[in-house]
Amino acid sequence: MPALLELKNITKRFPGVVANDGVSLEVYPGEVLALLGENGAGKSTLVSILYGLYRPDEGEIWVEGRPVRIASPMDALRLGIGLVPQHPTLVNCHTVAENLALGVGSPLLPAQRIVPLVERISQGYGLQLDPRARVYQLSPGEKQRVEIVRALLRGAKVLILDEPTSVLTPQEAEALFRVMRELRAAGKSLVFISHKLEEVLSIADRCTVLRRGRVVGSLPREEASKARLAELMVGRTVSFERKRRSNPGDSPVVLEVLNLHARSSRNLPALRGVSFALHRGEILGIAGVAGNGQSELVEVLAGLRNPTAGSLRLLGQPLPAHPARLFALGVAHIPEDRIYMGTVPSMSVAENLALRTFDRPPLARGALLDPAAFLAQAEARVREYAIATPSLHTPSRLLSGGNIQKVILARELAGKPQLILAVHPTYGLDIGATEQVHRVLLEKTQQGAAVLLVSEDLEELLSLCDRIGVLYRGWLKGPFAVGSLTREEIGLLMTGGEA
Amino acid sequence: MRLEPLAHASPWRMLGVTLAALGLAFVLVGGVFVAYGQNPLEVYRLMFTGTLLEARGWQEILRRSIPLLLIGVGLTLAFRTQFYNIGAEGQLLLGVVLAAGVALFLPLPAPLSLPAMVLAGALGGALWCGLAAWLRLRFSVNEILSTLMLNYVAQSLVIFLINGPWRGKDVRGYIYSDRFAEYQQIPLWPGSSVHWPTLLLGVLLALLLQFLLFRTTLGFRMRIVGENPGAARYLGLPQDRVLLLLALITGGMAGLAGVGEIAGIHHRLIEPSQLSSGYGFTAIIVAWLARGHPALVLLTAPLMGLVLAGGDLLKVSLNMPFRIVDVFSGVILFCLIGSELFLRYRLRWGR
Repeated sequence: MPALLELKNITKRFPGVVANDGVSLEVYPGEVLALLGENGAGKSTLVSILYGLYRPDEGEIWVEGRPVRIASPMDALRLGIGLVPQHPTLVNCHTVAENLALGVGSPLLPAQRIVPLVERISQGYGLQLDPRARVYQLSPGEKQRVEIVRALLRGAKVLILDEPTSVLTPQEAEALFRVMRELRAAGKSLVFISHKLEEVLSIADRCTVLRRGRVVGSLPREEASKARLAELMVGRTVSFERKRRSNPGDSPVVLEVLNLHARSSRNLPALRGVSFALHRGEILGIAGVAGNGQSELVEVLAGLRNPTAGSLRLLGQPLPAHPARLFALGVAHIPEDRIYMGTVPSMSVAENLALRTFDRPPLARGALLDPAAFLAQAEARVREYAIATPSLHTPSRLLSGGNIQKVILARELAGKPQLILAVHPTYGLDIGATEQVHRVLLEKTQQGAAVLLVSEDLEELLSLCDRIGVLYRGWLKGPFAVGSLTREEIGLLMTGGEA
Repeated sequence: MRLEPLAHASPWRMLGVTLAALGLAFVLVGGVFVAYGQNPLEVYRLMFTGTLLEARGWQEILRRSIPLLLIGVGLTLAFRTQFYNIGAEGQLLLGVVLAAGVALFLPLPAPLSLPAMVLAGALGGALWCGLAAWLRLRFSVNEILSTLMLNYVAQSLVIFLINGPWRGKDVRGYIYSDRFAEYQQIPLWPGSSVHWPTLLLGVLLALLLQFLLFRTTLGFRMRIVGENPGAARYLGLPQDRVLLLLALITGGMAGLAGVGEIAGIHHRLIEPSQLSSGYGFTAIIVAWLARGHPALVLLTAPLMGLVLAGGDLLKVSLNMPFRIVDVFSGVILFCLIGSELFLRYRLRWGR
C-alpha cells in the first residue's frame, strides 16, 4: 500500500540547534502512527513543518506519491493534512457552529447552514457535540472534539493530534481513543504525538521515536513495550519502580488545614471546606482536572490568596498570609508557572537564584548588593543542581524548561524547607530532568520536609506520594493511602464519581 | 523573505538595529525636506555643521539636552517598571508652577530661595505623577490615559495662573508673571544660556539612578516588579509601594527639569508652549533609546538635543516651520518602535 504522507530526510535548523535532522517517516491510510519523544526531541518542529508553519531547510514532503510544497496551513489543509493543536485555538465567546463555520461556511448564514454537516460528521465518528453551545462553556475534551470536527470538515485525510491527552482526564482520554479508533476504521490516518507511553501503547499501530531531532527507532505495536520505547526516547534504560518506600504514618504534623474555603479570582467558590493534615517526611498528592481548586489551594498555602473561612496551622502556629514571611518559616513554593511566576526571565541565572534572599547577608550589605556574593552563591547552586547554563549571567529565559525548573528548585529548596508546595513540578520536563526533580523531592522528605504535590500526572503521583487526595469542584476527596485506590478509581473521583 | 525568532539580541545587534532605525528616520525626513524644495543632504549638512562645529551650536545642544536628560532618566525608570508615564510634560509644568509660586510669593531669605524652588519643583512633578499612580493603584485607571490627560490640566492651570492671579504687576499687555529676583535664577555658563548646575544635577542623577537600579536592594526590587509582576507577587514584594515610589521619582525628575527651564532660562512663569516645547514627549524617545539604562540617557539626551537644536537652525536659516522638529521626533520614534521587531526576530532571505 502506498504511503499517504511521506517525509524524506527533513532537516530544520534553528540558531544553535538542529531541531530535525534528516527525519524520514511514512503515514499509511487507516493507521495510527505515534510520534514519541521527550521535550526538545523535535516533535513540535515536525508538526509545524507538516502544517506549513515552518519550512524545512532540507528534505521533501510527499503526499499521495507526489512531492508537495507546504507553505502555509492553507496548503496543508488543501492537501488533506489537519492539525488538532495542543491548546485549542477557538473563539471563546462564539458558538461551536460559528467557530466551525470560520473559513468553510457558506457566505450567507454560515453558522446555521453548517449545523447539518457538523451533525453528520459528529454522529459518523461518535464525536458528541452541541453546535449551539458556546466555546467557553465546553470542557477541554469537548473543545478538542471541536478541533477534530473542524479538521474533518476541511477534508483532512491525515489528522495530527499534538499531545491531545495533556489536558484530559483518564476517562476523557479513553473517549478520545474511541473516536480515534472510529476515525481509523473509516480510513483516516492519525499522527498521535505524545510522551505518555501507556497511551501510545494502547492506541498506536506503529511508533516512531525521535531523540535530539533524529528518528532513533520505528517499530510496530507488537514489538513495542514501555521499557523499549522509554529506552529509545531517553537513550538509556529507565526504571518504572515506585520510587517511594517509607511510610511516615505518625510523625509530627507540619501543616494542618481545617475546613478551608476560598474564592477564585472570578469570585466564585473555589475551595469548599478542604481539610487535611500533612506530616513530616510525607508526600501528599493532590490529583484533579485543572481548574478544580488546585491553584487556589496552593495560593492560599503560599500566602497569595486570602481564605474566606477555615484555619491553617504551620507547625502549630497560624499560617501567616505573606509569601516572604512564609519562605522565612521554611515554606518553599515551586509554582505552577515557572516563567511568569517562578523566575524573572530577563534576569540572569545568578539573579534568579537570589530572588528570595537578595536583601539580606551575604547577598546584601545594608542596602547595597554584593555582586560577588551573587556569583558565589549561584556557582554553588548551579553545581549542586547540575543546571546547564552558558554562564551565570545568562538571562534565565534562554534556559530550557528543565533548567529553569532546576533554578527554581535550587533557590526554593536551599536551606531546610519544612513544607514544599510543588505544583506540576515536572510538567513539560524531559525524563532526565523529571527524575532529578523527583530525586530532590524525595531527598528533602528524608531530611524531614513535608511535600504537597499537585500534579495532573497520575503516574507521577502514584510513584511518589504516600497519600493522594482528589480535588473536584473545590471538594477534597480523601486523602487516601496510595495502594488503596486504583488509577481508575482516582480517575472516577476526578470527574465527580465515587470510588 | 521571512522572520525567524531570535533567542537573544546581543548588545551589538541592539546598537546596530538602533542606528539603522535612526538612519532610516533621517532618510524619511529627508523626503519631507525634498517636499519643501530643499536638498536633504544640504539640509543635514547645515544641521550638523551649524550645531556640532560651532561653539554656539554646542551650547544650544546642551541647553536642549538638560530637560531631556532629567526627564529621560526618570522615564527610563518608569518604562522599566511598565509604568507608561507620558505625562512628563504636565509634570514639568507642575514643577514650574510650584517653583514659580515659591519664587514669587514665599518670603524666604535670599540664599534659601533657589534651593526651596528646586525642592518645590521636584515635589510638584512628583505629586502630579503620584496622582496618576494613585489612580492606577486605587481604581485601576490606566496611567497612559491619566498622565496624558493631566498634561492638559497642567497646561490650563499655567494659563489660568498667568492670566489671572499670578499675572505680573508691570507686564503691561503681556501675559506672564513678574520676573524672578537675581538670586532666584540658576547661574549660566558665561556667554551662553546653559544653566550648568541643572546639567550637573542631571548627570549626577543619571549615574545615581543607574547605581540604584543595579547595585541596591531597592533597585533589585524595582527590577523584579517591573520585569515580572507575577514573580513580584509570588515573592511577596510590596508592588504598590514600589510603583508609587517610582512614579514619584519619575515625576520629580520632570519637575526638576521644569525648575531648570524657568529658573535657568525664562525667569518668569510664561505660556506653557514657550516653557517646554514638548520636552516631556521628546524625552519618551530619549528613554526608549536608552533601553532601561538610566546612564545611557547621558548619550541619548544629547542626541535628541541635537535634533531639537538642528530644528531651530532650520527654522532660522531655511525658513522652515518649527514643527519640522516634531515631524523629526515622530519619525524617529516610529522607526525605533518598528525596529523592535528586529530585536526579537531575524530576517531570512529565501524560502
